[in-house]
Amino acid sequence: MMNSKHILRWFSITSVWLWLILFALVPALLVILTSFLHYDANELVRWQLTWHNYQRLFDAQYLLVFWRSFLLASVCTGLCLIIAYPFAYFLARLHQGKYLLLLLIMIPFWTSSLIRTYAIVAILKAKGVLNTLLIYSGLIEKPLSILYSTPAVLIGLVYSLLPFMILPLYASIEKLDRRLIDAARDLGANRIRIFWHVMLPLTLPGIMGGLLLVLLPAMSLFYIPDILGGARSLLIGNAIADQFLSAHNWPVGSAVSMLLSALMILMLLLYFKINKTQTLLQSDDLNL
Amino acid sequence: MNRWTQYAYLTFVYLFLYAPLGLLIVYSFNTATYSLLWHGFTFAWYKTLLADSNLANVALHSLEVGLLTATFATGIGIITATCFYRYRFFARKFLHSLMFILIVMPDLVLGIAFLILFTVLKIEPGFCTLLLAHTMLCAPFVTVTIFSRLSSFDQQLFEAARDLGANELIILWRIILPLVLPAILAGWLLSFTLSLDDVMISFFVTGPDFQTLPLYIYSLVRLGINPELNALCSVVFALTLCAVISAHIFLTRKKI
Amino acid sequence: MSPNVVEFRHIVKQFQDHRVLNDISFEVKAGEFLTLLGPSGCGKTTLLRILSGFERPDSGSVFINGRDVTVLAPQERHVNTVFQSYALFPHLSVFDNVAFGLRCKRVSKVLIEQQVVNALRMVKLEGLLQRKPHQLSGGQQQRVAVARAAVNNPPVLLLDEPLSALDYRLRKAMRIELKQLQMQLGISFIFVTHDQEEALSMSDRLIVLHEGSVVQIGTPREIYEEPTSLQVAQFIGEVNIFPTQLIAIGEHTLDVLIEGKQFLLKKRASVTYKQTLYTLVRPEDIKVWALNEVSNTDRMLRGTIEQVIYKGATVDLIIRLASKTRIASTQFFNEDDEKLDFEVNESVWLHWIPGWEVMLSSDEL
Repeated sequence: MMNSKHILRWFSITSVWLWLILFALVPALLVILTSFLHYDANELVRWQLTWHNYQRLFDAQYLLVFWRSFLLASVCTGLCLIIAYPFAYFLARLHQGKYLLLLLIMIPFWTSSLIRTYAIVAILKAKGVLNTLLIYSGLIEKPLSILYSTPAVLIGLVYSLLPFMILPLYASIEKLDRRLIDAARDLGANRIRIFWHVMLPLTLPGIMGGLLLVLLPAMSLFYIPDILGGARSLLIGNAIADQFLSAHNWPVGSAVSMLLSALMILMLLLYFKINKTQTLLQSDDLNL
Repeated sequence: MNRWTQYAYLTFVYLFLYAPLGLLIVYSFNTATYSLLWHGFTFAWYKTLLADSNLANVALHSLEVGLLTATFATGIGIITATCFYRYRFFARKFLHSLMFILIVMPDLVLGIAFLILFTVLKIEPGFCTLLLAHTMLCAPFVTVTIFSRLSSFDQQLFEAARDLGANELIILWRIILPLVLPAILAGWLLSFTLSLDDVMISFFVTGPDFQTLPLYIYSLVRLGINPELNALCSVVFALTLCAVISAHIFLTRKKI
Repeated sequence: MSPNVVEFRHIVKQFQDHRVLNDISFEVKAGEFLTLLGPSGCGKTTLLRILSGFERPDSGSVFINGRDVTVLAPQERHVNTVFQSYALFPHLSVFDNVAFGLRCKRVSKVLIEQQVVNALRMVKLEGLLQRKPHQLSGGQQQRVAVARAAVNNPPVLLLDEPLSALDYRLRKAMRIELKQLQMQLGISFIFVTHDQEEALSMSDRLIVLHEGSVVQIGTPREIYEEPTSLQVAQFIGEVNIFPTQLIAIGEHTLDVLIEGKQFLLKKRASVTYKQTLYTLVRPEDIKVWALNEVSNTDRMLRGTIEQVIYKGATVDLIIRLASKTRIASTQFFNEDDEKLDFEVNESVWLHWIPGWEVMLSSDEL
């Protein structure tokens, strides 16, 4: 018997199935499929399965690029973590003004990182603000040519991605039961012990969330190294983009993306595992 | 660590995050063309922007895509969020994870995945492909926003309504919708922002005939500092700033 | 038309492999204040939800005013609930919250206004019409929830532990108010609680539930003074339990052995030699005497004071008998009993007035 309630239910579920399967599952499967196909100069792909693309991955060239990207991204992530953790902690401790300050973090989170990267260029240029300030204050004599180098890319990445580390950390630290720290202090733990044995383990989900949101973009946001690193920085994001749009070698491009996706899946698994242990460990709200 | 050190640290990080942007905006009013010294206040660069017809075309494209994306993504988001919230169905968890992966996946991989999808479906890259891709990019965010809002309600509210004699329609119209409206509005605004700012996916999914604002900016940025560009970036930033602030207000308003 | 407003017939409910309700049958009379009492998990809330329509029984039926409502949806039954968390609509004002049910029934605007104001006046909140729930205190929210349910004039009002979120003082005040409200409205209230003090003080009748079954139905007095099973006796108030040996059954008395001493207790009809007997005495019925206060100790038990607990209006004593059994005794301050200052390790005599005890056999346990 079809009444309005059943029709609504049927319609909703079908729509959800439709859009998620068609636009989430199918594209993903297509990428996997393409990575196994043969490159063809005329037709883009030849319908023939091959391991060839993956073999090319293990070419020193790609592995090196991937490794370099990973290293750079890790440094960026590490820096973000070190800067963001105390920031999130202090922010969570504030008694007033949290609303405004949180908003000020949300803004760079949601606004264009392209524009923000462009803003960095003006600062880092040879005749840019940073150099002008440094020379003016007498710290250096000749302008530093930071732009178009790896440090510049690093600065640009950290600048863009810092808010992505701050927000998950903040969410996690905010939820931390202050009383646990009080209890630790009451039992005689010093600052370091409290941090290492109480805060760190309990905010691990937040850290993992931040890692997820920073590490992968740091490897794939190709326009940042493109703008700040000139032609010299070739990271995995650039490599993939090149394969797709310049070399038109979609199979190889897909294979390289699979490498990136594999890293993503690994991190997701780690994230879920940490979250599961956390929900078991964390005590419930004291709502007796 | 005393309070003032904490405040100093916070201020320093905020400065780090906002100084470059602030400088950008300031320089957009600078009379000098290429120098970074202050030469005088002017609206000249903004006037040039208005006169640029090429830019106007591109901006229109982006606005169209942005508005439509936001609306479609919000529609899909409402249906999906209420679906996950109210019903139990086959492979619910699987679909939920799919959506989660969609959010976490780097834009780059999403971009090439959509490119391949559209090629297989034989859709010409252009307005439609971009609209589709952006809608699918934004829909999960809206879903999550609305879903978390729904989850924050006392379950017994729905039971209370039924207890008092309300049918499905009344519950939807008088209970669910008013309570969820702020999240819907915020979702719309955030989708608009995401679409307007997107570089990665636009890069792969548009054709040579269809240019969007972020791609236009990207091509200019590669050429170096340019006061007109400063003005353009300031405008775009201001627009997205308004959207984000409004969304934030909707999401955090204590009681309706 | 039966005078029973609600009837439960052979209700069975199972959740997974756990039987929550085990063949429950009882009626609710018109205009009575009935309480469902029992520990957490005994099924009382489930029963309420079956009545309001949010759960369906696996078997059995529910009748409201003679009409079988077992398969009807909540919005089709004429029953209203006051939820434990109040569930006030946060985006609606107090007025709109209370008017909600009436609006669903499309009552005229004028009538709605009248009835809502009336209902709020009954719960003493007429000045707060336009406030939103988050601007009200816990006690005020609770009253709005009651008004919202009561304004629809249901034949029976269901209250699911409505006072559990309030603090002690407020709870005691609300008990009186709710009872008055019920008498004013003249409709039946079904009240669910695990707090036995509440149950005893408010109810016309009490139903004690334990692990999905009805263990006793009666007035508060009957339940407290004549429990028919150990669960009921132990759940309501404190009770001392003495294993009892039957020596002889007389015409009006029973000759028994308790703690090695012989006692003559009132005869109960159903007692036979084959049963194992237990004698239950409430702490307030145990009288404690210092050694030098009494001379005839034939029918008294001797013990040592282990703890003295001062409670303001009473003094509780924990006394240990020779057999290591612990006895609780509550002493009231009154002119007849001069000595009330007992000390730890002091030796005492205790007894109770025969007839004030309850006897249960092992099959009633």
